[in-house]
Amino acid sequence: MYTAPNIVLPQIKDLHQLKVYLANGGYEAYKTAIRSTADQVIDDVKKSGLRGRGGACFPTGLKWSFMPKGTDKPKYLAINGDESEPGSFKDRLIFEANPHQLIEGCLIAGYAMGISKVFIYIRGEYHAWVDMMQKALDDAYEAGLVGEGMKRTFNHDYSVEIVVHKGAGAYICGEETSLMNSLEGDRAYPRYKPPFPANKGLWGMPTTINNVETIATVPAIIAMGAEKYAAIGAPGHSGTILYGVSGHVNKPGVYELPTGTLLTEIIENVCGGVPGGKKIKAIIPGGSSMPPLRGDEIEGVKMDEESLKVLGTHIGTAGIMVMDEDTDIVAVTLRIARFYHHESCGQCTPCREGTGWMEKVLHRLDHHEATSSDIDLLYSVASNIEGNTVCALGEAAAWPVKGFIEKFRSEFEARCKPSRSFVSLNVVHGRRKSSDTLIETS
Amino acid sequence: MTHSFSTEELSEITKLKSQYPDAKAAIMPVLWMAQKKWEWLSEDVLRTVATVMELPYAHVLGVASFYTMYYKKPMGRHHVQVCTNVSCMLRGGAELYADVKGKLGVGHNQTTADGKYSLEEVECMGACGGAPMIAINEQFFENVNSAKVMTLIDACE
Ligand SMILES: Cc1cc2nc3c(=O)[nH]c(=O)nc-3n(C[C@H](O)[C@H](O)[C@H](O)COP(=O)(O)O)c2cc1C
Ligand code: SF4
Ligand code: FES
Repeated sequence: MYTAPNIVLPQIKDLHQLKVYLANGGYEAYKTAIRSTADQVIDDVKKSGLRGRGGACFPTGLKWSFMPKGTDKPKYLAINGDESEPGSFKDRLIFEANPHQLIEGCLIAGYAMGISKVFIYIRGEYHAWVDMMQKALDDAYEAGLVGEGMKRTFNHDYSVEIVVHKGAGAYICGEETSLMNSLEGDRAYPRYKPPFPANKGLWGMPTTINNVETIATVPAIIAMGAEKYAAIGAPGHSGTILYGVSGHVNKPGVYELPTGTLLTEIIENVCGGVPGGKKIKAIIPGGSSMPPLRGDEIEGVKMDEESLKVLGTHIGTAGIMVMDEDTDIVAVTLRIARFYHHESCGQCTPCREGTGWMEKVLHRLDHHEATSSDIDLLYSVASNIEGNTVCALGEAAAWPVKGFIEKFRSEFEARCKPSRSFVSLNVVHGRRKSSDTLIETS
Repeated sequence: MTHSFSTEELSEITKLKSQYPDAKAAIMPVLWMAQKKWEWLSEDVLRTVATVMELPYAHVLGVASFYTMYYKKPMGRHHVQVCTNVSCMLRGGAELYADVKGKLGVGHNQTTADGKYSLEEVECMGACGGAPMIAINEQFFENVNSAKVMTLIDACE
């Protein structure tokens, strides 16, 4: 077992309480940060190699450097705690076990970018965790660690306000531009990019959006120093990650381990292997939108973005879903497709219609009512969504479908009707083979 | 309008509005307040929200209808939510949902005739490591099985 430095979720009892956090060096990293200039802090975060934990793995320091300097416009930071991607359940633990490190991260990020207000957006289903975060924030305000009071406490003229904002059940709000519309009090439709949030974000002002885990990592980087952090884990994607392991393992849960940890190590040693000693049929490495890997591909696979990219998939949210040899791949693909269809905001045609078609075709496959050309149809629908939509929910819906077909085609073939029955000639779709079932009639 | 906020609630709303650069942003917390008070968001409640938010009714309706957790019809006193997304499905979430459906005798987004329970098949609740899981109202129950869930449901007042 790895002796990983637990820097986002240290194993300290009652760390969620302010006094325990303070007794363990809490808010010291902020003091260190304000002894440097804002630009130096951004440089440190760049040097640390920290990349976003929200799914896209974007270098955090670089993102911060996009924020305009020397402007008198208010600047905002939105913390993305929407955490709704199936298989992802790690940010919840930060709200529960280490909320002050997130708050301290907001102070440091805020100082580095000159932020006047931070919004912590938490998914509505996390009722109790919204309350935990609010409690921690109230305590921090009361202790003069946030808001006007922090000027006196830290003897520095920077101050920032933090607001906790509760969502109300919509996966799309995790997409950063949708989150901004949701926060502003509109229907949460994603916005076109450009303009990018750093130029025109919340209320038209410069805005940065970062994941909860990303920001909760920042105090640790400042405390230990960028070089030391950069030396942890995989080159090109340094640090520790909260891996959320679910599905067919004996000990599912959230584990903080270095990037680049072997997938087999996580599954076999950390999570106690597969129940019944069964073989692994498939794993999804980073939440349901990431292309899967076959069980026979996982030997030697390292869990960091650069290693996974070579295999045609991504680290995403590091939500690892493990499926044993008895798993019905078609049913899993259908369930994933159903989710994205349900969550499409309906703004762009390829996503709105395409996610529905994919669900219908998969439903036919699942019910042994499809023909083998339906598999190609499914693949082509997925391909036509990808790259043709306003936001990346299109890709999120297309990737797993394409990935499962590519890796498990025989399972889909086995679900098709053995022979084609001749259906009456369809005049409108005259160019189609007349025996093909129409998408609309499932 | 038959629904109205109390003086204390109105000052709470004023405070919420002041948290944001533009008061419109307080619409989500105010909808949460309204739902807590009146249990679901009827047209009349939404009109009350529109008035205090100084927004068109159509806008308030538009926002309320975007989110699944703002209830546009009365729900049971105990809202049972069963997750059937992948991590839960791999550990028996679909069978669990079928069992609960059988027990309550209602389907997705339906309420029992006595108004005691409503049922919802939900998407991932962010508790995949504790799969299969259900939630009753605001509380999560993880690592459950059919028997445990039946006991939980029976224990509701
Ligand atoms: C459909 C969709 C859903 C997303 N959901 C989340 C989410 O729940 N949490 C999150 O942090 N990022 C989510 N993202 C990614 C965000 O758009 C954004 O990239 C991220 O919050 C940036 O933070 P980071 O740079 O710290 O990773 C989602 C993206 C898409 C396209
Ligand atoms: S891709 Fe889908 S979710 Fe994203 S904006 Fe278009 S319709 Fe909405
Ligand atoms: S899949 Fe059920 S909680 Fe995530």
